[in-house]
Amino acid sequence: MPAVSKGDGMRGLAVFISDIRNCKSKEAEIKRINKELANIRSKFKGDKALDGYSKKKYVCKLLFIFLLGHDIDFGHMEAVNLLSSNKYTEKQIGYLFISVLVNSNSELIRLINNAIKNDLSSRNPTFMCLALHCIANVGSREMAEAFASEIPRILVAGDTMDSVKQSAALCLLRLYKTSPDLVLMGEWTSRVVHLLNDQHMGVVTAAISLITCLSQKNPDEFKTCVSLAVSRLSRIVSSASTDLQDYTYYFVPAPWLSCKLLRLLQCYPPPEDGAVKGRLVECLETILNKAQEPPKSKKVQHSNAKNAILFEAISLIIHYDSEPNLLVRACNQLGQFLQHRETNLRYLALESMCTLASSEFSHEAVKTHIETVINALKTERDVSVRQRAADLLYAMCDRSNAKQIVAEMLSYLETADYSIREEMVLKVAILAEKYAVDYSWYVDTILNLIRIAGDYVSEEVWYRVIQIVINRDDVQGYAAKTVFEALQAPACHENMVKVGGYILGEFGNLIAGDPRSSPLVQFNLLHSKFHLCSVPTRALLLSAYIKFINLFPETKATIQEVLRCDSQIRNSDVELQQRAVEYLKLSSIASTDVLATVLEEMPPFPERESSILAKLKKKKGPGAVSVTELEDNKREGGELNGGSDRGPDTAAMASTPSPSADLLGIRSAAPIGAAPTSAGSLLVDVFSEAGPAAPSAAVNDDGFLRFVCKNNGVLFENQLLQIGIKSEYRQNLGRMYLFYGNKTSVQFASFSTTVSCPGELQSHILSMDFYFTCSLTKPVEPLVEGGAQIQQVLNIECITDFSDAPLLNIKFRYGGALQNLTLKLPVTINKFFQPTEMSSHDFFQRWKQLSQPQQEAQKIFKANHSMDTEVLKAKLLGLGMALLDNVDPNPENYVCAGVIQTKSQQVGCLLRLEPNAQAQVLHIDATALCLDKMNHCASIPPVISGAALKTCKTRHGHTSSEDKSCVGKESISQELRILQKGDKQD
Amino acid sequence: MYCYCKKHHILELFIRFILIQNRAGKTRLAKWYMQFDDDEKQKLIEEVHAVVTVRDAKHTNFVEFRNFKIIYRRYAGLYFCICVDVTDNNLAYLEGIHNFVEVLNEYFHNVCELDLVFNFYKVYTVVDEMFLAGEIRETSQTKVLKQLLMLQSLE
Repeated sequence: MPAVSKGDGMRGLAVFISDIRNCKSKEAEIKRINKELANIRSKFKGDKALDGYSKKKYVCKLLFIFLLGHDIDFGHMEAVNLLSSNKYTEKQIGYLFISVLVNSNSELIRLINNAIKNDLSSRNPTFMCLALHCIANVGSREMAEAFASEIPRILVAGDTMDSVKQSAALCLLRLYKTSPDLVLMGEWTSRVVHLLNDQHMGVVTAAISLITCLSQKNPDEFKTCVSLAVSRLSRIVSSASTDLQDYTYYFVPAPWLSCKLLRLLQCYPPPEDGAVKGRLVECLETILNKAQEPPKSKKVQHSNAKNAILFEAISLIIHYDSEPNLLVRACNQLGQFLQHRETNLRYLALESMCTLASSEFSHEAVKTHIETVINALKTERDVSVRQRAADLLYAMCDRSNAKQIVAEMLSYLETADYSIREEMVLKVAILAEKYAVDYSWYVDTILNLIRIAGDYVSEEVWYRVIQIVINRDDVQGYAAKTVFEALQAPACHENMVKVGGYILGEFGNLIAGDPRSSPLVQFNLLHSKFHLCSVPTRALLLSAYIKFINLFPETKATIQEVLRCDSQIRNSDVELQQRAVEYLKLSSIASTDVLATVLEEMPPFPERESSILAKLKKKKGPGAVSVTELEDNKREGGELNGGSDRGPDTAAMASTPSPSADLLGIRSAAPIGAAPTSAGSLLVDVFSEAGPAAPSAAVNDDGFLRFVCKNNGVLFENQLLQIGIKSEYRQNLGRMYLFYGNKTSVQFASFSTTVSCPGELQSHILSMDFYFTCSLTKPVEPLVEGGAQIQQVLNIECITDFSDAPLLNIKFRYGGALQNLTLKLPVTINKFFQPTEMSSHDFFQRWKQLSQPQQEAQKIFKANHSMDTEVLKAKLLGLGMALLDNVDPNPENYVCAGVIQTKSQQVGCLLRLEPNAQAQVLHIDATALCLDKMNHCASIPPVISGAALKTCKTRHGHTSSEDKSCVGKESISQELRILQKGDKQD
Repeated sequence: MYCYCKKHHILELFIRFILIQNRAGKTRLAKWYMQFDDDEKQKLIEEVHAVVTVRDAKHTNFVEFRNFKIIYRRYAGLYFCICVDVTDNNLAYLEGIHNFVEVLNEYFHNVCELDLVFNFYKVYTVVDEMFLAGEIRETSQTKVLKQLLMLQSLE
C-alpha cells in the first residue's frame, strides 16, 4: 500500500510547517507566522488571479496557523471559492476550512449553502460526501433550514451510493439534534427503519444511530425497529467469526454494530411478540456463553471487542429486569471479572454490578461478592477503581450487611484519597442512618466519622445527627455520654466540639448524675475547647452555656463570669459580643420560670428530606453539562461557609426563625399556624387548607386547588367579575377557554389580560428551556358592557415538567378605579397525563424498576375528611391517571398509572395510595421516570395528594417512612421524603 | 403506548470530542462534536492533558472528566482521547480508538507523530470517514482504506 509522503502535493505548506517546527522560540514562531500572513494577504489582494492550487495552498496554511492557536481574520472568501472548484483536493481544503472556522457571517453562509446545494445535487458521491460532512460538522440552524428536507430523500433514494447513505444518515442525525423541529421524517420513517436490513453493514452502523435517536422521540412510529434489530443481532451473534469478513474485528463479528443494536433495544420494553422475545433471549444467552469460551486470540483487542458486546448485553438485561436467570448469569460473569487481571475489566464489572444490585432478582447474587469488593476497596491501585468499589458497597448495602459495610468504609476513610473523602463521608452517614437498628450504633458511627475525617464532614452530616438525637429520646442519654467521652481526646475536631456543645447543651443533664461528668466538669470540658474554635463554633458554645445555666443552676455563677469577661462581652466579633451581652443579661434578669421557658429543650425537628441525601445528589449532579455547573457548586459551597454558618444554635435560642433555620432541612417548615406565604412552593399551597383570602396585592389562588382534578368551572368571583374556565387537554397540548363576566350594570373600560409563565425570567439564567408556553390567541375587547360576558382562548403547550402554574393578570377600570387582579391558572402537570392500563405484573415490575431514589416520592398525611372510596376514586380519576383494579394485592389500596406528555419527553408515572383507616392517614407513593429536577419530582405527589384530599394543615410532628407504626400517633402527621441520588440512571 | 427507557441518556450518547495530544500537551488533532467556544476548547484541551498524562499503565483506560468520561489509549508519545457520556460503552470506544489508529498506520505506512503534523488536513478526512456527527460511521478498515486511497488518487 503506498504510503503518503510528507505534505505531498503542497510543497510550500511542508516547507512552512518545517520552518515553524524549527523555530527556537515563541517569538521566532510569531515572527515567521506574521511574515507568512503578510505574504498570503498580499497574494490574495494581488492583481493576478490565483490558480486553484495556490489558493488551496494558502488557505491550508491559514488553517494551519489557526490550529496553532492564532487568530485568522481573512481568507474566508477564498475558502468559499474553493468549494466551487471541481477538483477534489481543492474542495476538500475549502470544506475543511469552513468546518473548522465556522463563521456566522450571513453573506458567506448563503454562499456556502449554495455550494453545498450544488454538491448535493452533483450525483458525484465524493462531492456529496464532502458536502454532507460539512453539514454534519457545522450543524447550524441555517444549514438545517436549507437542507433538512433534502437529506432524507438522499438517504432513502434507491440509487444513492452506500457511502453517501452513511454520511446522510449521520448528517440528518446532527441536524435533528440541533433543530428537531425542522427534521420531519413522516413518510420516510418506515424506509429509514428498514435500513436496519441493508446489505451494507456500514450503512446499518450509521443508520442505527439515527434510528436510535429518532425512536427516543417517537417510540411508536419506530417500534418496528425492535424486531428488525433482534433479527439483525441474531444473525451477527450466530455467525462464525469469519463470516462477516470486513466487519470482523479480531475474530469478533461486528462488535460496534452489535453494541449499537443492543443499545437501540434499550429504548424499548421487552418485545411483546413471543417469537421475537425468544430470539432475543437466545442472543443474550449466546453472548453470555461466548464469554465462557476460550478466547480465539490472545490479543487484548479480541477480548475487549467481545466484552464490549457482553457489557452492552448486560445493560439490556438490567434494563429489562425481568429475566431472573439472565440477571443471575450476568452477575456471575461480572463476579469473574472482579478478579480479572485487567484493571479495565475489574473497573467495568464493579460499575455494572452497581446497577445489578438494585434489581430484586440479582441483589442477593451481588451480595455474595462482598469480600472481593471490600478487597478491591483496600488494594486497588487506581483510585477510580476504588471509587467504583465504594459505590458498589453502597449499592449492595442492606440491613443484613450494613454494619460490616459501614465498618469497612470507615476504615477505608482513614487512608482514602482526598478527592473522594467527602463523598465517602456522605455515604457512610446515609447508610448509618438508613440501616440503623439501634441508634447508639448510628451515633457511634457519625462520631467516628467526625473523628476520622472531621474536615470532610459537612454541615449537613452533623446537623443530621443532631436532628436525629433530638427526635429520638431513646438515644439522647447515650449520645450525651458518647460525645462527652469523645471530647476527652486532647485534640478533637471542631465538628466534634459543635456536636458536643449542642448535645450537652440539650441533654447534658442526662449524664450529670455521674460525678465524672458533673455539670461543672461538662462545662469545663467544653470551655477548654472554646479558644481553639472558630467564631461560629464559639457562638454555638455560648448558646450551650446559657442552656447550661437553665439545666444546672449551680453553674450559673461560673458561666456568668465567663460571659462577663472582656474577651466575650467586648469581643470584636459582633455576633459573639451580642450573644455574650444578651445571655448575660438574660441569665441575670429572667426568673427561673422565664428562663426555663425560653431555654426549653428543642422540639423535635419535622421529618423532611435528609439534607445529606440532597448533598450527595448535588455532588454527583445529574448528567448535565458544562463548567457553569462546576462554578455553581463552588458558589454554593461558599455560601454555606459564609452566610449560613450559624448552624442549629440559632434555633436553639428559640428566638424568631432566622434564615439559617433552612440549614436544618426544615426549609418550608413555617412556624406552626402561620399562613403559607411562599408563593413559589406548590407544596405549601396545596397542603394548606384553601386558606384565608390572599392579600389583594398577591396572587389569588383560591380557586386553583379545586381545578387540579377538574377542567371546567368558575375560577374566580367577586362583586364585579366572574371568571369561568373550560379546558381540554390532549397529549402535551391544551386549550383553555376563559369567560369573563361583568356582574355589574356598568361598563368595564380598558379591559386587558395577559398571561405569564413563572420561570420566564429565570429561564435566561438557568437554562434556555421554558417549562411550558401559554399564548392567548387574541387580545380581548377593551370594553365589557354591564352584564356582558366575553371569551378568550389560551393555547398551552407543555415543554417539560414544571411545578409553577401560569399567571393570568387582568386589569380594567370600573367607575374610574383601576382594578388589578392576578390569578393562578389551573394548569398543573397532571393535566398532561395520559392514562395507562397495565397488568399487576407490569405495574410491579415497573414500580420496582423505578427504585432509584430520585424517581420516588412519598408522603404520609392525615385525612381531614372521611376516606370514602368513591370520593377517593373520583379524585384519582380526575388526576388523569388510569385507576387500576385488581393490581394491588391489598384491595384497600389504590394504584394508578399514567404518562405525562411533554414536548421533550414522556414521563411514566405510577402512584399508590394506601389509606390507613384506623389512623386516618394516607400514605402516598409515586414514582416517575426522567424527572431530572428534584423539585419537579416533588411537585407531583403534592398535586396528587392535594387533589385527592385537601388535608394537612401544618408541618408539626414527624414520622418516618421506615416506621409507619408511629404514623397517626401524633395528632397531625405528615411526611414527605424525596430522595434523590444524582445517579447515572434516571 | 410509551416506553420506560432512560431517554435522556440514550439521546446523550455521542462523542463530545476526539483529541490527539502528545506527552508535552501539543494537540495533534481536535475534533469537536459539540458547540464550545475557543476559550472553552483550550481549557478542555489542557484539562484532558492534565488528567490523562498522570495515569500509568496499571490504571484503567477510562477517567471521569467533568460530567463525562474520557476513554483514552496511549500509543508511543501520543494520547488518543475520546470524550463520551458516562453511561456509554467504554470498551467499544477503546477499540474504536485502536481501529482508528490501525487505519492511520496503514494509510501513513507506519504512522508517526510527524505524519499527523504534516498531513493534518488528511487526518481530518480519515476521522470523518470513521466518525461523523459524534457517532461511529464506518468500522471496516478495508472499506475505509479503500475509500481513502480512492480519494488520494483524485486530483
